[in-house]
Formats: sequence, structure tokens, C-alpha cells
Amino acid sequence: MSETGSTTSETTGAGATRAELSRRPGRERGREDGKFGRYGGQYVPEALMPAIEELTDAYERYVLENEDGFMDEFRERLADFGGRPIPLQRADRLSERYDREIFLKREDLLHGGAHKLNNALGQVLLAKYMGKERIIAETGAGQHGTATAMAAAHLDMPCEIYMGERDINRQRPNVFRMKLNGAEVNPVTAGRGTLKEAISETMRDWATTVENTHYVIGSIVGPHPFPVMVRDFQAVISEEARAQSIEKTGELPTDVVACAGGGSNTMGAFAAFVDDEEVALHAVEAGGSTLEVDEEAGVAPNSASLYTGEEGVLHGARTKLLQDSDGQIMESHSISSGLDYAGVGPELAYLVDEGRVNPVAVDDDDALEGFHRLSRTEGIIPALETAHAFGFLEEHHEDLGERVVVNVSGRGDKDLDAAIEETDKRDIDEAPDMSMFTGGI
Amino acid sequence: MADRNTESAAKPETGNSAAIAEAFADGPAYVPYLAVGDPSYEASLEYVRALDRGGADVIELGLPFSEPIAEGPTIQGALVRSLDDGMTPDRFFAFAEELDVDAPLVCMTYYNLIYQYGAETGPRPFVERAAAAGIEGLVVPDLPAEEADPLREACDEFGLDLVFIVAPTTVGDRLDRIMSRVSGYVYVQARLGTTGARDDVSDQTTESLDRLAEYDVPKAVGFGISAGGHAERIVAGGADGIIVGSALVDIVAEGVENDLSTDEVADRLEALSRELKAGAERGYAARVGTAESR
Ligand SMILES: Cc1ncc(COP(=O)(O)O)c(C=O)c1O
Repeated sequence: MSETGSTTSETTGAGATRAELSRRPGRERGREDGKFGRYGGQYVPEALMPAIEELTDAYERYVLENEDGFMDEFRERLADFGGRPIPLQRADRLSERYDREIFLKREDLLHGGAHKLNNALGQVLLAKYMGKERIIAETGAGQHGTATAMAAAHLDMPCEIYMGERDINRQRPNVFRMKLNGAEVNPVTAGRGTLKEAISETMRDWATTVENTHYVIGSIVGPHPFPVMVRDFQAVISEEARAQSIEKTGELPTDVVACAGGGSNTMGAFAAFVDDEEVALHAVEAGGSTLEVDEEAGVAPNSASLYTGEEGVLHGARTKLLQDSDGQIMESHSISSGLDYAGVGPELAYLVDEGRVNPVAVDDDDALEGFHRLSRTEGIIPALETAHAFGFLEEHHEDLGERVVVNVSGRGDKDLDAAIEETDKRDIDEAPDMSMFTGGI
Repeated sequence: MADRNTESAAKPETGNSAAIAEAFADGPAYVPYLAVGDPSYEASLEYVRALDRGGADVIELGLPFSEPIAEGPTIQGALVRSLDDGMTPDRFFAFAEELDVDAPLVCMTYYNLIYQYGAETGPRPFVERAAAAGIEGLVVPDLPAEEADPLREACDEFGLDLVFIVAPTTVGDRLDRIMSRVSGYVYVQARLGTTGARDDVSDQTTESLDRLAEYDVPKAVGFGISAGGHAERIVAGGADGIIVGSALVDIVAEGVENDLSTDEVADRLEALSRELKAGAERGYAARVGTAESR
């Protein structure tokens, strides 16, 4: 991931075995002073600015220049603790169904069950190199909170997680997992109690404790350097996928598909392909129940900020947002907590404007069908977030090329309660019939 | 309003508000904050008038944003009540126009609302409208100096002050960068964290005031001041003014919880204002006395 000589990485433990991997993953595209074209920046309270400067400096030294062997240690821990490299699996039934080759990048096999560990481990390790003593993080689906709690336990750092009350109710298994790993979980009751409110609350904690605390932000959002740093930690996904694709098929994929909440697994899956203009990149957002918006109520029944959002400033960055005409941020919605966010990473917003990334929206129903379809056809129970990517595949496979890589961002164990509840509300062909089993699970 | 308008006629074409400069000119300035529209437009008009009667020298009016990341629970609550009651930037400007107070008005809000206002994006339409409504300055807690040039330009064009917050962590180059862009007064954040009333005065305040001593801009200290005694100590310690938000918003919140009449809440706001202003004046007298006796 780093460009400096010391890590051009024939030998790293994270599967970077080919020369292609040392190629810089489109990192400088459109970026200037922490901005991607008109997006990005650092819109935060003054109290946080010195910490952000300190972090920028640490990012440049440790991540970009591999000072003190930081990136080597990161790769090694990703391999030994995280389980990388992660396979790029050919999905036989889906390939048949869609009459093209479908490959699955199996981030669900990463320790913790989602791509989130790549970033959480990178940032907790960086905090350690920076001499910070405490870790805080926000979480939506609980996957980032879980990954951060695991990384913090692994690296022996105290950790507190902020999570919206509504998400706590939707994602109880992950709350338990965070606590198992020794993290404190602080419920956030403001607003609708989802990711947006949890991020605001974590920023408030950080404004008080900034001198000894690092805020592990969970996606490619927030003030610079978070969007580029999180992307660099997640870029391992596409670095591996690119090499694996060449190894397996002798060619690059024609399409890469990934779901987008904040956009970390999306950019992780895209980063190494951004300069391969012939590879089409599809960012699948949560279309929720509808793309229509209730301006009066300040509610978007979707989380499709790339697809329908407008430029604005939220949580430290200028980006595409779900907002009303006054600039108030709307409450978003998705069947999957991890996509339920009114903003999106500035780099993705930029790449969409450039025409490099294709933004699409898949609604709750199609995502749930995708969830059942992948489970039944391939034996992989995906996260509800991931399931959106399979909803897109079902609808649009005819528009795609010969070799499609779908990023399986996470596994669905955390979502079983929600999936049962949502399945019960609908009539889905491929869904299991649970009616003969009374007494609950 | 009338006063402010005549004064603004005498203002330089670009730069500062004469009314705000005057508010800091002799003696310590008492700068209260309330969220406009909390809990309703009408009640809020009465509350702001009460601050004015209580001796406000500058009044900060909060225009609510849905994601106020710099605010603690008290002000968050106020902003939610105001939004629930239907506050918008246009109603905010109507409110400022309807107010008939002597103290100059400063609008405190978040950057997205400023950026989105009007037909074209960018801060200029908001600042133009604010100036027309009689607003003399802006405080934008999520806009650091690095991102502030477009807003600074618009403020210069329409004669508004742009107040920046200096935190206990702000030192060195950052301090210079901020102080080269600030006008009106600098908002000295008394301690790390978010807004909220406290019972103590932080050592961080004294250190911040010392660091700022060489800059020739009035220094108003805020974050946590809730009683006359704090005001006294802070002004005695070198502040040119005190900014009080959460302690006042608490009174409004209590009024909502206990279903108090608008008049009763307004009386309490006026009484606390008098206490704070008197405390600030005692602190000033002590400081000036000390200086003279040296
Ligand atoms: C499994 C999974 N996929 C995707 C996401 C979406 O986040 P992002 O777009 O930042 O990768 C989440 C977030 O929690 C998640 O848990």
C-alpha cells in the first residue's frame, strides 16, 4: 500500500505477492490538500484541529512512508490476526444464473466477519504509534464497533463505542460482541438513534478528550485525513482482488460491485482499479423503501446520498448529503443499519461526478431477496448491507461485462434477528418457511 | 434595530461592525446566547428582549442545525425544540428583523446552513441576507480558519464581523492563522469539550488569555460560565467579555419542563443576566483597581 521502497511488497504477509500490488492505487486522483475536487476538507470545531494536524502528520509518516515499519506491522497483523489474504471465490451457481463469471471477494471471512477490521486494526495500531491512550469509535451496524473493540483488545487499548439506540436494538449480537471484547458501549438517543447521531456524539467525546484519545472513524468519511487514510487501509481489498483476478483469469475484471454506506468497502474494493479505466465500478446504495423524499418531515426513506444527494458539509467534510433545501440533514433509512447514513465519503462523491463510479440504488425488498438468494444458491449468508450488491446483480447483470467481482463486505450472522423480522413482513419466494416452528428462536 | 442601522452607516466599507466594537469599548461585555425559536418563535422574542433588559452588550442568536457537533446536551436540546417548532433560516432572519433591542446581534450557526442559503451555493447570499436583517457578526463552530476564506470575504463585503473560537489546544501557527482572520471579538473557549454550564472555572482559561494577550482584539470567554462569581473571576483574570449560553438555555428548558409562563421565564433570564453583568463589572473594577494601584 505504501509507495516507499521499504514496503514494495513481494513478501508481505497479506498476500501481496505480485508486482502489480505495488502500484499506487489511484491515490492522487483529484486530491489536493485533503480535497477531492470540490469535496473533502476539514470542517470541525477548533478544539479538534490540532489533533487533526497531528493525525495528518502521523498518516503521512507512518502510512505513506512506513516510518518505524508501521505498514509492515499492519500487514503482518492483518495476516496473522485478521486472516488475510482473503480468497476471491468463483461463485458457480451465480455464474450460471447470470451467464457471466461472478467472483466473490470474501471479506466476510475476515476476522470479525466484515471488511471493517482492515481499517480498525490500521487505526488502532496508528493510535498506538502516536502514543494515544484511549480509543473511541462510532458504529452503525455494530461491525465497525466490533472490529474496533477487537483491535483494541488485541493491541491492549481501552475502548468506548457510541451507538444509536435504534441500532442497538437492531444489532444486539454485535453489542454483546463489543462488550465481550471489553469495550464500553454508550447508547445515543438523539435524533433517530442511528449512525449519523452516533458520529456526532463521538465527535463531542473527542472534543473533550482529544489530548489522549484517538477517534477511529469507521468509513471514508469525516475530516481529512480520515477519508484517504481509511481508504488506504481498506485498499488491501482491491489490491488482493486485482492480483487474484489476474492469477485466476489472466485478466482484470470487467466490473466491480460493492455496497456503499459511508463507502469504505466500496473504495476499498475500487481503489486499485480506479486507474484501470476499462473496469466499471458500481457503488450500490440503500434505496430504502423509496427514493421519494418527505421534505416536510425531514426524512429520506433511503440512504442514497450518492444517487440523490446534494453537496453540503457534514461531520467534517464537504460531500454529497441527504438534506432539505435549508441545509438541515435528513434522517435516512435502510433495512441495513450499516448503510443507514445521510452522507458518503468525499472521494466517492468526486468519482461519481467524474463519471468514474456508477452510483445505483437497491431498495429494501430487493436487498432482502438478495440476502436469501445468496444464502440459498451459494451457501453464504451475507450481511444485509452486502445483500444490496446482490440485489443490483439480479436486476442489472445483463448490463455488466464478462467477469464481475462482487465485494462480500460482511457476513449476515449479526442480521439474523432483523432478517427474520423483515422476511415475515414480506412474501419472498426463496425465503425459508418458518411457520411450523413455533415458540421463537 | 434603529440604533444599529445608524451606526452601521458609519461603518468602514469592509471589516468590522462598529456596534460590536463599541460594545467592547468601555468595560466588560456581557454576551448572552439563546437558541432562536426555543421553545417557540414568540416566546423566544420575549426571552431575547429580557437578555437585552438584563444588560446584554452583544447577543448571540443560535440558528439551529440538525447536527450541532460542538454543543453539549443543554444546547442540543434547545436546538431540537426550535427545529421541532419549525425554525428555518428565513424565520430566523424575520426574527432578527422583528427584534427591537439595543445590543448588536451575532448569528451562531453551522456552516452547511450558511453554505446552502439562497439560490447560489456558497456563503455570500446568507451573509447578504444577514446584513439586511441587522445581524452584525457570525460565529460558525465547525468552520476552522483553514476553510473560512470565502466566508471571510463575504463578511468583509457586507460589513459583518467573523468571530472565531480559540480552544485551549490552539497554539503557535494555528493561533496566528485564526487571529489574522478574526474580527469583532475572539471567542475564547474556556476548556476542552462541548458547550454546557459548569460550576468551576478552568485553569485553561487563564492560560488561553495569556497566550492571546499580544493580539489586539477583544477576548470574550465562554463555555461553562453560569453565575456572577464565575463572570467576576474570568473578567478579573483578563477577559474583555463573557459569553453565557447553557446557563440561560437551562432556564428556558426548566420553563418548558415546568410549564412556566413566558413572563416568568423572561424574568428569570433577566435576573440571571443582571447577576452575570454585575459579576463581570465587579471583576473589571477589581482588575482596573489592581492595575491602577500598581
Ligand atoms: C457488512 C457491512 N458492509 C458495508 C457496510 C457499509 O459501510 P461502508 O460503506 O463504509 O463500507 C457496513 C457498515 O457497517 C457493514 O457492516
